[in-house]
Amino acid sequence: MPTDPIIRVEHFTAGYEDNVLMRDINFTVNRGEVFVILGGSGCGKSTLMKHMIGLYEPMAGAVYIDGDDIVTAEGDARRAILKKIGVMYQSGALFGSMTLLENIRLPLEEYTSLDDEEIDLIAQMKLKLVGLDAFSGHMPSEISGGMQKRAAIARAMALDPTILFLDEPSAGLDPITSAELDLLIIRLARSLHITFVIVTHELASIYTVADRVIMLDKRIKGIIAEGDPKVLRDTSDNPWVRQFFCREATPDTIAEAA
Amino acid sequence: MSTAAAARTASPPAASLSLSEVEGRREMRLAGRLDAYSISGVWPDARAALDSAPDRPVLVEASRVEYCDGAGVAMLVDLLRQPRPPAAQVVVVGLKPQFKTLLDQFDPVALRAPPREHEERLHTVAEIGRAALITGRDMRTQVAFIGETSAALWFAVTHPHRIRWKDVWYTCEQVGVNALPIVALISFLLGIILAFQSAVPMKQFGAEIFVADLVGLSILRELGPLMTAILLAGRSGAAFAAEIGTMKVNEELNALTTMGLDPVRFLVVTRIIAAVLMMPLLCIFADLVGILGGALTMISFNIPIGAFLREVDSLVDIKDLLAGLAKAPVFAILIAGIGCLRGLQTQTGASAVGISATRAVVSSIILLVVVDGIYAFIYYLLDI
Repeated sequence: MPTDPIIRVEHFTAGYEDNVLMRDINFTVNRGEVFVILGGSGCGKSTLMKHMIGLYEPMAGAVYIDGDDIVTAEGDARRAILKKIGVMYQSGALFGSMTLLENIRLPLEEYTSLDDEEIDLIAQMKLKLVGLDAFSGHMPSEISGGMQKRAAIARAMALDPTILFLDEPSAGLDPITSAELDLLIIRLARSLHITFVIVTHELASIYTVADRVIMLDKRIKGIIAEGDPKVLRDTSDNPWVRQFFCREATPDTIAEAA
Repeated sequence: MSTAAAARTASPPAASLSLSEVEGRREMRLAGRLDAYSISGVWPDARAALDSAPDRPVLVEASRVEYCDGAGVAMLVDLLRQPRPPAAQVVVVGLKPQFKTLLDQFDPVALRAPPREHEERLHTVAEIGRAALITGRDMRTQVAFIGETSAALWFAVTHPHRIRWKDVWYTCEQVGVNALPIVALISFLLGIILAFQSAVPMKQFGAEIFVADLVGLSILRELGPLMTAILLAGRSGAAFAAEIGTMKVNEELNALTTMGLDPVRFLVVTRIIAAVLMMPLLCIFADLVGILGGALTMISFNIPIGAFLREVDSLVDIKDLLAGLAKAPVFAILIAGIGCLRGLQTQTGASAVGISATRAVVSSIILLVVVDGIYAFIYYLLDI
């Protein structure tokens, strides 16, 4: 894949108060790539993602989205960056007082000048993409957790953003839906060159979708591995990385995890 | 770099549409970038072009489309989904393979706009019946709740060591101590307003001194307990409903139930006990501050504080104070009980908690006024 960085994370340090989660990390995400952030529980994967979408301010460093630093951008400049990204949160974060269709309509109503019927069709098609077209009139509370997650992906895609951030997309989904979601990700990445940044633990999903992964580790407060997941699994010298990919737990790792 | 990526970086021209007629067929040439921001300019024109040729085939030529995302595909689907005679079908040609894959995912016929459904209006009788049914169900839950709470309270009285006193004291602080400033402020102002409003007309008859009796009686018997109760409903009743409602939304209530713990005993009883303990104290506090407010106002009418208090003492006796205080525990049970009930009745979703809090305050205040009326009637009958 040709390198054409769409996200650059540079000299990035983040954490909460005195607790530094990651120190001086650097990586890039290429355009059209499916990029996965991996790591054990509590290593700061979701935190890193929330910094990349501008929700949190890092202690130091910069996050360039398509050339613009989201950390320092304000006002219209920030809105312009945010229009390029779509985010699916771990819990779905659908608006509980709106139907699924209204959830997806919201960004389209706010950002485009399309009329009602056109917006309806786009929203309906997004729901179709995630297999929820029959539930467009349902409230989020009336559907299952997995369905909420898929609806959240549909909402994140409402404006066809250049970059989609997905936080644990397959957690809580059945294997078939999860596999379908993987196919959807691959299809969108290949046909529309949407860049995906995914935080996940699902190894099966990682091998299917990921072009490149980075693996965070709380012991070194940084990146311990970067590259193609299959290559890392087969060739990495790092025992932690191999254990992760082989789903092994040793007495040492159990003790450390505890 | 692929075409799509190159197109994105080179920022292709906005969407454009040109029409032509070729051999009895309408041709639509789409070009440029078809995305959510650019298609609003061409979508209505494309639909109009389609509608103006209802019996001719339409060819949508899309080879010059540089970029086409979900919104662009939606526009193409919209053109394809229109019901048309077999001889006048719409065909999309020349779309780049990567965009065609996206278009092929959708079956335009399945995405036909459904005919607008008219919501059927219920017959008036049916509507009344439905409303009655809902009210009936609501009353049933309330009766069941009163029963459950009474049983749990009786259990608490007979087994005081089983009460979670730590929770009770914590709630006492929230309900009682933290409410002192607002209760003080409102009662003080109430005393001032009451004294001032009555002193002005009474001055015409030289009867300013009787303002003390008016303020003392009305605050002790009526306004002190009622205002405190309304404040408690607004502060603590709403807080109980929101707190328990959030717990329900987060499935904490289910967690309690599956642990074998009764949410009513665990959450409702502690709150009711705390409210019953605090409400009389808040009432006494409100009475004192209210009378003080009245007394200070009367200084400006040349009635010293001492004279004011002596006058209050001459007419108002302990019976009046107790008549007011007797309402306090009942008001407290009402407010805490309704707050908790509304919390337990919370549906799912973020707005549900807000609805519960609102319902808690509204029902509490209505019931407070009703119960206060009942008290007035009983006091009248008993000549208290």
